[in-house]
Amino acid sequence: MEWDWEFVRQIMPTLIEGLQITILATILGAAVAAVIGLLFAILRMVAPAPIARATSFAVEFIRGTPLLVQLYFIFYVLPDIGIRLPALLAGVIGLGIHYGTYAAEVYRAGIENVPRGQWEAARATNLTARQTWIHVILPQAIPPMIPALANYLIAMFKETPLLSAITVLELMNQAKSIANSNYRYIEPMTLVGVFFLIMSLISVFFLRWLEERYARVDER
Amino acid sequence: MIDWSGYIGLILEGALVTIQLTLMGSALAIVVAFAAGLGRLSRFTGVRALATTYIEFFRGTSIFVQLFWAYFVLPFAGITLTPLQAGVLALGLNVGAYGAEVVRGAVKAIGREQREACIALNLTRYQAMRHIILPQALPLMLPTFGNNAIELLKGTAVVSLISLTDMTFQAQVVRAQTGNTLIPFATILVLYFVMAWLISLGMRWLERRVSRGLDGVRA
Repeated sequence: MEWDWEFVRQIMPTLIEGLQITILATILGAAVAAVIGLLFAILRMVAPAPIARATSFAVEFIRGTPLLVQLYFIFYVLPDIGIRLPALLAGVIGLGIHYGTYAAEVYRAGIENVPRGQWEAARATNLTARQTWIHVILPQAIPPMIPALANYLIAMFKETPLLSAITVLELMNQAKSIANSNYRYIEPMTLVGVFFLIMSLISVFFLRWLEERYARVDER
Repeated sequence: MIDWSGYIGLILEGALVTIQLTLMGSALAIVVAFAAGLGRLSRFTGVRALATTYIEFFRGTSIFVQLFWAYFVLPFAGITLTPLQAGVLALGLNVGAYGAEVVRGAVKAIGREQREACIALNLTRYQAMRHIILPQALPLMLPTFGNNAIELLKGTAVVSLISLTDMTFQAQVVRAQTGNTLIPFATILVLYFVMAWLISLGMRWLERRVSRGLDGVRA
């Protein structure tokens, strides 16, 4: 079977539509992951021991199981207990929780990397806890985290095709339905690959720039 | 009342496929990781470019897209793969690309003085790599390889979408036949977690094993 540019031109609008959903899911998922990651990180660091241990276990569990199965779980099991979520929302929550566990590690490392002396100095200058966090700790902790967080953002972007398994009409699903109704797999599947490759190459350059700008020398 | 023993048996059958995929995929990934990782450090520009292209390509697109490409597009190029072959190929090449960066990082992390010592002792490039650099680099790679192996295990769930009867696929079958969702999905979540845990235990053991006798060498 030959590559057909006419067919490519014909299916492009549908694929672009899917790409928009893919990007939307990535952005929403990233927002959820950022919040949930912070929650996990704080629970592990400051909560009483049993809660901290339970959180650690939950994080390990989520990281040790496939995102696809977690998506199925959210999409198929939760309705049984009365929580019926639209596919896209279920997907965003799944992505958010899964990558939240990775973000939690980044937050923790970032906060722990602020030298002890900074905490002590804040206390010595009689800053309140709020002032310490906002003016001393976070401004030093956040910049080194940014490249690592961006890395997971790219990883999450690449995982969004999984949402097609729970019927979200994102890029991959659009491509699949085009392929199934036209019996042509080469163009849609290749184009999906090309789209992802272009987007990730762009984001890799963006990441390099972020690293130069924010990262300290040490590797994480 | 549903007879669960049969359905659990079905899921365990799927678990065997998942394990098989993980092992075969890891084997391919390790070979590819060393080939591409060392390729990126090669003297020859062509080899370096080839390795870099491979790594960027497979890290740039997701395992899902690669798998579908291997399964649906390759047949048009005359290469028809069974779902298992497509799964092993996609998983191995995908994780291998990540592994290649680990190999490269670990080899580059070995100090300059070691290389200079190799030159001073008149070792060939092969001898230096085989007897001096790699034995020291291996312990550095293992922790990340462990994480990669777990990523690969998690990646195997995706093959259920090209109709390979792995654990996730069987769970869907059980869901379709019984209408119960909690039990099949909770079961496979736990099974995946146990497998991931076994991998990290095994890796820790391996790490102790290969770093034996290197205590004085690394700071």
